[in-house]
Amino acid sequence: MGSHASGVLAHHFHSISQQRAAHSLGMWLFMAQEIMFFGGLFTAYVVYRALNPLDFAVASSELDAVLGGVNTLVLIASSVTMALAVKYAQLGKKNMIVLFLIFTFLFASTFLVIKYFEYSAKFEHHTVPGYDFDFHVPADVIQKFELSPERIATMEKRAEVFFSIYFAMTGLHGLHVFIGMCLIIWLIFPAMKNKFNVDYHSPVENFGLYWHFVDLVWIFLFPLLYLLGRNIH
Amino acid sequence: MSTPAVAAQPPRETYINTDWSLRSWLLTIDHKRIAWLYLISISGFFVLGGFFALLIRLELLTPAGDLVSPDTYNRLFTQHGVIMIFLFLIPSIPAVLGNFLIPIQIGAIDVAFPKLNLASWYIYSLGGLFIVIALATGGVDTGWTFYTPLSSTYANSQVMWVAVGVFIVGFSSILTGLNFLVTIHTMRHKDMTWGRLPLFVWASYATSLINVLGTPVVAITILLVGVERMFGLAIFDPALGGDPVLFQHLFWFYSHPAVYIMILPAFGVISELMAGFSRKRIFGYNFIAASSVGIAVLGFIVWAHHLFTTGLSVYAATVFSALTMLIAVPTAVKIINWTTTMYQGSVSWDTPMLYALGFLGLFLVGGLTGVMLATLGIDIHVHDTYFVVAHFHYVMVGGAIMGFLGGLHYWWPKMTGRMYPETFSKLSALLVFAGFNLTFFPQFILGYLGMPRRYHAYPEEFQVLNIFSSAGASILGVGYLLPGLYFAYSLVFGEKAGRNPWGTVGLEWQIPSPPPPHNFVEGEEIVVTDAYDYEHDLIRDDLDRRVGPPRDAREVPVG
Ligand SMILES: [Cu+2]
Repeated sequence: MGSHASGVLAHHFHSISQQRAAHSLGMWLFMAQEIMFFGGLFTAYVVYRALNPLDFAVASSELDAVLGGVNTLVLIASSVTMALAVKYAQLGKKNMIVLFLIFTFLFASTFLVIKYFEYSAKFEHHTVPGYDFDFHVPADVIQKFELSPERIATMEKRAEVFFSIYFAMTGLHGLHVFIGMCLIIWLIFPAMKNKFNVDYHSPVENFGLYWHFVDLVWIFLFPLLYLLGRNIH
Repeated sequence: MSTPAVAAQPPRETYINTDWSLRSWLLTIDHKRIAWLYLISISGFFVLGGFFALLIRLELLTPAGDLVSPDTYNRLFTQHGVIMIFLFLIPSIPAVLGNFLIPIQIGAIDVAFPKLNLASWYIYSLGGLFIVIALATGGVDTGWTFYTPLSSTYANSQVMWVAVGVFIVGFSSILTGLNFLVTIHTMRHKDMTWGRLPLFVWASYATSLINVLGTPVVAITILLVGVERMFGLAIFDPALGGDPVLFQHLFWFYSHPAVYIMILPAFGVISELMAGFSRKRIFGYNFIAASSVGIAVLGFIVWAHHLFTTGLSVYAATVFSALTMLIAVPTAVKIINWTTTMYQGSVSWDTPMLYALGFLGLFLVGGLTGVMLATLGIDIHVHDTYFVVAHFHYVMVGGAIMGFLGGLHYWWPKMTGRMYPETFSKLSALLVFAGFNLTFFPQFILGYLGMPRRYHAYPEEFQVLNIFSSAGASILGVGYLLPGLYFAYSLVFGEKAGRNPWGTVGLEWQIPSPPPPHNFVEGEEIVVTDAYDYEHDLIRDDLDRRVGPPRDAREVPVG
């Protein structure tokens, strides 16, 4: 009876615990789907990196590791605030849920703003594939590895593959961050109306899963794209 | 003469007559109605895909390329493939029969996420719309496989629209799969244990696993082709060092398991039909259930058998060849168990069973030629020939569509409450079987003799076999047209079907036809027995009344 009293049990479930189990399993399966979705891209990255280790190292050292690093910290912070939002949803503390959802939202927007500056720098440096791409192998690398003109020419082509993968991966990840921000707004309204309580909080919980996943993808992207091979110079 | 009191009595409420408005159908969250939305859409696309097949067979009547230009021919086979695979076969059994049956068969009143279920249909329709727009604005000519760099750099047809369409449709099947998995896990009746699930549910479970884990990979792959085409990203561009073969790996990582998305649900249907029309508990229930999951898992590690001619290393090719052959084991487990189920059963020859028997023969040929193709030497000889075309049509048309039609004939009385004319339906089963073999068997020979696929012209010595094939296709066409006609006829004029017109076991046969809006009649107990438990007292009484005692009951004293 207590479960029915909360007024959020859909007609086709027997009990709130059945409903919660269904929502939770659904979310985990969605996460599995997401892993496979990003998995295709990670596979492409690993294959190309293995085929062209030096070329990828040279191209990747062009990225701004400081901005990438700051963004990593921002996302980790957002995961902490999100975990707190989930905790307070489980306790049914309305104001704290809203507060920590807003914090998470702010961190997410900071991430995207920094990403915006990174992307615009790429346009200035002509490292956007398919858009007057013009990459030059740095002189110290040419000297260090005694690269022939032909090798330099292929390296400049491979750099376009690297930046294609870079934009595909970070773009898809950024899209997930953006979708996450929309979902936070969508969660804030019921949170303000005090919809979440000890019995019913799976939307916040499941969104938390999504958000940690988005964070986790970045935790892999940052070292793979920004850090591996920085010692090339 | 009816008394006014009887005339005034309202008809029993069913999921159909509960609300007739178009709005109520388009906004329904009832899994049974959503099944109908899918049935109507996929039938439309089947006719469209069939139309392209008709033009292909017409062109191939003569050796010269005289009906259509080479360019048009490329579009015909591409569009035939894209529509039949993504818009018809993949959603056919899961989205129509699965949607209608899974909740009922496990004793639930709906799937776990009814709104998501409706959303999946809209997503499917949106994807379908993109593909239709592509057709209307010139079509697409890359082959349904979208191989790069043809699709990314060279093709100047509507690749983008189709790619986006396929991407969107993919999410419809991901979400349907997710919905079914959660439904089967969390919505079962309290007495419906995993060991009691009907084998159709097990097969749907295995299929859904592939949907959720495989489809995202092809989605991202097609997305990458899309961004390469649109923004000039260089992921698969060989000119810059991208690898087109990587595309093939990623594509087949999904598209081989996709074969099982198409055939596993048909396996599920056939298990139901074999048990039902042999009036016997299915032989080797555990083995059939486990082999479905086994096929789903194994299916993920065989994809490179599509790449034997791309310069794959000999070691990799050998491993993939062996793994592919391994799939024959769980598949054979099924075939053997089905055959054994019929042994000493009271087999009846109703239309669904005719389709099931047809399936058994055709799928056997399709499966065994698959083992031939997994053999490295043979594959290199017949790669990209009509042998391969014949093989996958035996699996997908002879297997999946026979299963779909068999299932549709079996559950049609439940879905509509009406029977279809028996003579015509038996005739259609016969025509489909005969027409199919006449169409595709000659293609095995053509391929073995060296006729390559995807060409609109061929040497004269191949003409006789091609004429056989085209003639068979027209018979097959009639065989497919007939059910469309008599199903429509049955909706109005068909004899009323009772709860259980076939005298078979399963929760769906305990409820009225067509079912009430919430599947089960309120106040009526749901009796969950072991699957296909024709020996259960309750079921037995019920069956004795309807179809007489099973054959073995005459010898065995009932104690
Ligand atoms: Cu395959």
